[in-house]
Amino acid sequence: MKSSVITFPGSNCDRDMDVALTKFGFKNKMVWHDDQELPKSDLIVLPGGFSYGDYLRCGSMASKSKIMHSVINFAKSGGLVMGICNGFQILVEAGLVPGVLLRNKYLQFICKNVHVKFDNKENIFFKNLNKKVLEFHIAHNEGNYFCTNDQLKEIEDNNQIAIYYCDQNGNTNDQINPNGSIKNIAGIFNKEKNVLGMMPHPERMIDESLSGEDGSIFFKNLLNNIK
Amino acid sequence: MLVNEKIAIEHGLKLDEYKKICKLLKRTPNFTELGIFSAMWNEHCSYKSSRIHLKKLHTKGKKVIQGPGENAGVIDIEDGDAIVFKIESHNHPSFIEPYQGAATGVGGIMRDVFTMGARPIANLNSIHFGSTQNKKTKNLLRGVVNGIGGYGNCMGVPTIAGQTSFDRSYNGNILVNAMTLGLVKKDKIFYSKAAGLNKPVIYVGSKTGRDGIHGASMASASFDEKIEEKKPTVQVGDPFTEKLLLEACLELMSGDSIIAIQDMGAAGLTSSSIEMASKGNLGIEINLNKVPCRETKMTPYEIMLSESQERMLIVLESGKEEIAKKIFDKWNLDFAVIGKTTNTKNIELFFDNKEVANIPVNTLVENSPMYDRKWKKSKLPKKNKINKTIFKSLKIKDTLKKILSSPNVCSKEWIWQQYDHTVMGDTIQKPGGDSGVVRVHKTDKAIAATVDSSATYCWAHPLTGGKQVVCETWRNLISVGAKPIAITNCLNFGSPEKEENMGEFVECVQGINEACKYLDYPVVSGNVSFYNETKDIGIKPTPTIGGVGLIKDYKKMITMDFKEIDNIVLVIGKTEGHVDQSLLSRIIFNENNGPPPEVNLFNEKNNGLTLLNLIEKNFIKSAHDVSLGGIITAISKMCIKGNKGIQFKKPKFLINEIEYFFAEDQGRYLIEINPKDFKEVSKILDKNSVHYDEIGKIIDKDMIIDQKTKLTIDELKSYNTNWLKSYMD
Repeated sequence: MKSSVITFPGSNCDRDMDVALTKFGFKNKMVWHDDQELPKSDLIVLPGGFSYGDYLRCGSMASKSKIMHSVINFAKSGGLVMGICNGFQILVEAGLVPGVLLRNKYLQFICKNVHVKFDNKENIFFKNLNKKVLEFHIAHNEGNYFCTNDQLKEIEDNNQIAIYYCDQNGNTNDQINPNGSIKNIAGIFNKEKNVLGMMPHPERMIDESLSGEDGSIFFKNLLNNIK
Repeated sequence: MLVNEKIAIEHGLKLDEYKKICKLLKRTPNFTELGIFSAMWNEHCSYKSSRIHLKKLHTKGKKVIQGPGENAGVIDIEDGDAIVFKIESHNHPSFIEPYQGAATGVGGIMRDVFTMGARPIANLNSIHFGSTQNKKTKNLLRGVVNGIGGYGNCMGVPTIAGQTSFDRSYNGNILVNAMTLGLVKKDKIFYSKAAGLNKPVIYVGSKTGRDGIHGASMASASFDEKIEEKKPTVQVGDPFTEKLLLEACLELMSGDSIIAIQDMGAAGLTSSSIEMASKGNLGIEINLNKVPCRETKMTPYEIMLSESQERMLIVLESGKEEIAKKIFDKWNLDFAVIGKTTNTKNIELFFDNKEVANIPVNTLVENSPMYDRKWKKSKLPKKNKINKTIFKSLKIKDTLKKILSSPNVCSKEWIWQQYDHTVMGDTIQKPGGDSGVVRVHKTDKAIAATVDSSATYCWAHPLTGGKQVVCETWRNLISVGAKPIAITNCLNFGSPEKEENMGEFVECVQGINEACKYLDYPVVSGNVSFYNETKDIGIKPTPTIGGVGLIKDYKKMITMDFKEIDNIVLVIGKTEGHVDQSLLSRIIFNENNGPPPEVNLFNEKNNGLTLLNLIEKNFIKSAHDVSLGGIITAISKMCIKGNKGIQFKKPKFLINEIEYFFAEDQGRYLIEINPKDFKEVSKILDKNSVHYDEIGKIIDKDMIIDQKTKLTIDELKSYNTNWLKSYMD
């Protein structure tokens, strides 16, 4: 399976994502933001970081990069696109997934392990995932997901909420919400569910020596689903 | 503007220093030249009060590739890999403007490391604030933490360890010391020594603005009530540009275009150009009209003294300009050929086709002032006589609660959760342990790093304190299973013009040196920060030591959390019951006098190396060094982290329980071993003459001290974790 990771000026999880994808069997290519063409890919990943220094708004300038025209076309023709952290912010700014990401509720950058709930498995990203709760890692300052009531209704009606922040048993409540996200939302799909944006970093959880291994479950499953 | 004595003194020069300049030049310097001299001759850049003492430091060793004198130190970690590292202070700017001061401190130290060709792989910091009662403390802490996070997080370099302390002596002068480690191939290290004639001198990075002019001079003076006026001397950081600069420099460094490279840190273009010329024994000619400026009508004086961030100066091989320019264009960074190397051995500056400065390089460097300042020796204070009945009146539980929740012991999670400590995917020990540990990417090796200081011990007796800090970092590294290799030091002191302060400096350095020599743990880089005083009140002497060690097989790394029920816990090293200067003495008895715990270098080395041997043989399940708050504080942390309890066994001690539990004797560790290994472990300890006590056994929950005293792990947790968070909320 072929994947491509886009490097924007200021991306800093591009290497980590490359390591993770390669580890689980993807043939990965790094793509420069100023390129026009995407290499032939089964999956495009917009990695985390601080593209353009988060200036103006997180993800806003990167969403206008040259390569994003091709990414948007790829997504619109049904290709799989995944944005992690700053990549999620870029997807939001590009209009590929609905909503916005505000500053964290407590106005602090947060770096820690969190649990996320997967109960939306009718999509290529999560189908066959045999666990309901995984432990992922977050590291962000602007992950407070927000949308209007009308949008929320639409998102819920279309089953677009991908993952929620929860406790280790899968309960979602305010106490375990790390950043103030509406409904504890940690990740969102587009309507067609071929575009996924999420704040947590599965690529930081791929080795027992790191913060944990649950990211491996996610990547292995994803590869099998795409095959 | 014509230069005279008054203007020279306003530049922070002393009258006889100004006279020396006129004598060296055989004329009066012009205004730009005076600015250059004042920048090069201030304490921060010239080390004029400290040089004579720093020369004595132990800086050589089998693993040392580059000692002090370059942008950072370099050590060998085998297989052709090397680690570049250094610590630096940004105290003065951080007190004036905490966010930018701390942020640019982090930015500056990362530049020092990648200037040498190394990709930064870990950041650490040591930050010190005034009393928690002081009304400025909270804002300063918040600003500094935001600044450190803001810069490091954006760069994508994990912040893996640190130290935070509070003490009244920092009320008017906080300390912000930032450390960076980088990874480089041994044969791809870059230096700042220029070579060759007529080689192009290149300016890359951000544009030059009017920020930070005279920053280095500001950092070489004490504060008074006009401190607010100094805000414009604080630089403003842009981590995004630095990230681009990092990637662009590393890309250029992968080829063979660079002869020498130097970042523009303190004293900006002035010190970078002069240092490269001086090391290469060359001259340098610069056309200041070519320097990319972000503001209009900047004068030569302003261009030379600006401390705008994220800039580098490079001496290129002739004919490589196009290759280099292409790379910097790709990363959207300014690139300009601003001059060339010459054989004049002078720095010659031109502006609007006129020569605006012409100074022999050696007058600025070799002939800079060096002082052997007067200093006063400290006496070892007399031991306090503690009335033994006072121990009987104390309850262990109450005492432990007070100590675990005291500002200098409590968990600093509120701080480090704001730092990205997992980016780069190699952090295998997070903040909160004895050392931070990162793997060497795609190898089995890992690097451990720690940063420490003990101002209270240094204040009580500088010589002992200096030794103690070095040993503390040595223990922190050993506790995670790393072989200590070398240190970097950041020496934060008051005014060197005062005999007491100078004495503290001299004796701390002496203590550091004795420990480094004995432990074969050389100093490879560092920085001195004097004049940490406001309105005549100086800080406690605070030498900060950053230690770095190697773990050959990262799977053998040790953490401090208790692992398994029924395992045995031992204390390695002898507990004599030294209470003076301990937290027990200061917090519970309100007694601030007395000597710090004695440091026995033989025991320190012997205990440490024996423990490393036990770790190598896979006997150690968890380990933690005993420091502030003594044995019981250390055990509490092991319980909290492992979410397990301990049943104490009454050791055969002669001193009373309170002294045994809270004393701060040095050279001690707590270790967890499997009962089946006890015989073998005790044999090794005995054979190496290492004293040990069996102190207890791990149980499911609760810390059971005796039949009457029991604490739950949740109680310990709440004492330890809540204080800082509720203080900041």
